[in-house]
Amino acid sequence: MMNGTWKVDARDGKLAMAHIYVAFVALALGGLAGLLQVLVRSGKFELPAGISYYTILTTHGVLLGLVLTTFFIIGFQFSAISRTAGTLSDRIRFWGWVGFWLMTIGTAITAFYILIGEASVLYTFYAPLQAHAGFYIGLTLVVVGSWISGFATFAHYAKWKKAHPGQVSPLLTFMSVVNMILWLICSLGVAATVLFQFIPWSLGYVDRINVLVSRTLFWYFGHPLVYFWLLPAYMIWYAIIPKIIGGKMFSDSLARMSFILFLIFSIPVGFHHQLVEPGIDPAWKYLQVVLTFMVVIPSLMTAFSMFATFEMYGRSKGATGLFGWLRKLPWGDARFFAPFIGMLFFIPAGAGGLVNASYQLNQVVHNTTWVTGHFHLTLATTVVLTFFGAAYWLIPHLTGRVMTKAMNRLAIIQTIVWSIGMIFMSGAMHFAGLLGAPRRSAFSTYGDAPQALEWIPYQIAQAVGGTILFIGIILVLIIVTNLAFFAPKGETEFPVAEVAEQAERTPLVFENWKLWIGIAVVLILIAYTVPFIDMIQNAPPGSKGFKLW
Amino acid sequence: MHMHKYEKIWLFFGIGSLFLFLAVLGVGAFAQGTQPPSCLVTIDPEKVDETPPFNQPGLVKKGDNEYELNMISTAFAYIPNEVEIPKGAKVTINVTTKDVIHGFQIAGTNVNMMVEPGYVSSYTQTFDKVGEYVILCNEYCGAGHHLMTAKVKVVEQ
Repeated sequence: MMNGTWKVDARDGKLAMAHIYVAFVALALGGLAGLLQVLVRSGKFELPAGISYYTILTTHGVLLGLVLTTFFIIGFQFSAISRTAGTLSDRIRFWGWVGFWLMTIGTAITAFYILIGEASVLYTFYAPLQAHAGFYIGLTLVVVGSWISGFATFAHYAKWKKAHPGQVSPLLTFMSVVNMILWLICSLGVAATVLFQFIPWSLGYVDRINVLVSRTLFWYFGHPLVYFWLLPAYMIWYAIIPKIIGGKMFSDSLARMSFILFLIFSIPVGFHHQLVEPGIDPAWKYLQVVLTFMVVIPSLMTAFSMFATFEMYGRSKGATGLFGWLRKLPWGDARFFAPFIGMLFFIPAGAGGLVNASYQLNQVVHNTTWVTGHFHLTLATTVVLTFFGAAYWLIPHLTGRVMTKAMNRLAIIQTIVWSIGMIFMSGAMHFAGLLGAPRRSAFSTYGDAPQALEWIPYQIAQAVGGTILFIGIILVLIIVTNLAFFAPKGETEFPVAEVAEQAERTPLVFENWKLWIGIAVVLILIAYTVPFIDMIQNAPPGSKGFKLW
Repeated sequence: MHMHKYEKIWLFFGIGSLFLFLAVLGVGAFAQGTQPPSCLVTIDPEKVDETPPFNQPGLVKKGDNEYELNMISTAFAYIPNEVEIPKGAKVTINVTTKDVIHGFQIAGTNVNMMVEPGYVSSYTQTFDKVGEYVILCNEYCGAGHHLMTAKVKVVEQ
């Protein structure tokens, strides 16, 4: 299939770059917070000037979990739809900027209240801990801004469809639309709890809050949130990496099918974050566990597709034997190497995720550092390394520069540094978690309990790994700054893969949005209606707000 | 839609083992009764001190080798903060909170539950090994979260 313009229009590029700048500023600040955390947790270092560990922890979570991801994703998606479905119209681009500024102002407001110590509630802000209303209002602006960008994406897609009746939309545009639909449906949950519960309660209009309802709405959002992070990485794997290695995409239809499966199965699953909590009947928890595991299917499809692409490419270059094709891959190209290492880390990350969601087994690891270790593999390695790999061509493409050989070498080193740091940090977190070390806690020996003393060597290993990772952050910031401002002028390709010749034509059914959104909504209603009514009907007295930090 | 033969094989075994796995979880849960803590009892979080059994927190003998351990969590402590349990005792642990959400984890055992205002969390555990176990809060609850702890001593009968 022919793709529209070869180059992202400069005005669209500016919009995308604005998002990317914010994302990397968040990485710098959030990474620094992370470094301080691992140092504190080693027991060898104390924060100066009475700064609270939990203020730093909240900063880290909000900046890296919410800001880095959302900004990078929306920036990347704007560039991808502009590249594949044509330059944005002035109106759509205008709304893109409105979304950007709302998100940026919201982030600034939220960050302000965190840093003055009025919102040390962590990025999950569980009631009845009560932050300053400004914290919740700032978050609302971030979400509303992202919705506006979502609708801008839909409008651009609709315009393309109108201009190309009966045609299958470009893959990257299709995938961006799926991800924004997923985001819109799931963020309704967090919007509902923040607008109807947290804001009135923190402003004092209502005295009490229903804690379990707020948690349930949060986790209705909280798990699809991780797929909102993951799907852009999958876009890069499916639709861009094959082009970078010089091969073809294995199958366009299977890529679309896996995205539709994610859309359907990633939302009605929030209870697997609430497996060990009271007030929810276990049968409903089990049902959501089953639905949770359905996302294994599109992930298996993705793994197959990726390695099929790699093998087909290697064999086309004359590779022989069972694994000869591995040698033909462009290991010296950071645009491939960083995301590929990300894929490899997804294997243990996914396996750990199966443990977390395993109904009974969850109890062994719930709220231990095992979980922290898990999402530092999924988000902070698989997704983030893929985003870094994308930044290495996306930023120079948008700024009209080229990546030098030296920078490419530095990016390869960065990937290796990241991997080593993460093996230490995440590995130690997994092991300490199995021994019972709790997550989200400052250094403590729990009254010199012998069990807690056993965790300290692991915490020191986490500090070593975290320090190495911080070096990795400095390296990527050097590369990104170079690509944005100092690299030599020139033209860099925005790679978009073509489909292999033997692949079949893509059916239009994947764009039957009414059908897919309908199925998603039905599954959500099945999974949530009865337990939600139960929660409200059998609700205990609500909770007043507490500020305990 | 056409799928490559190898992909069919891959998905067949992948999805097959997935459903086998879910069946194992289901049998464990519903036939053998291994469920995560999911107590449905509610309580007024502001009246915990007056509500039985939390008006008299601690270990209560309920039968031959069967006990009930009722504990209160509050920022940043557990009441009582030290419990002695005879070895081999089957203990139903009930915990609630007077303020915010807390965690209740006995390191080195499978006891691990969320404690939420308005609810009682409950789990039954048999303590077979003599020793000292640390109870700790594993859900962030404020400035003293990492200091919130208690002790279980499992002793010879």
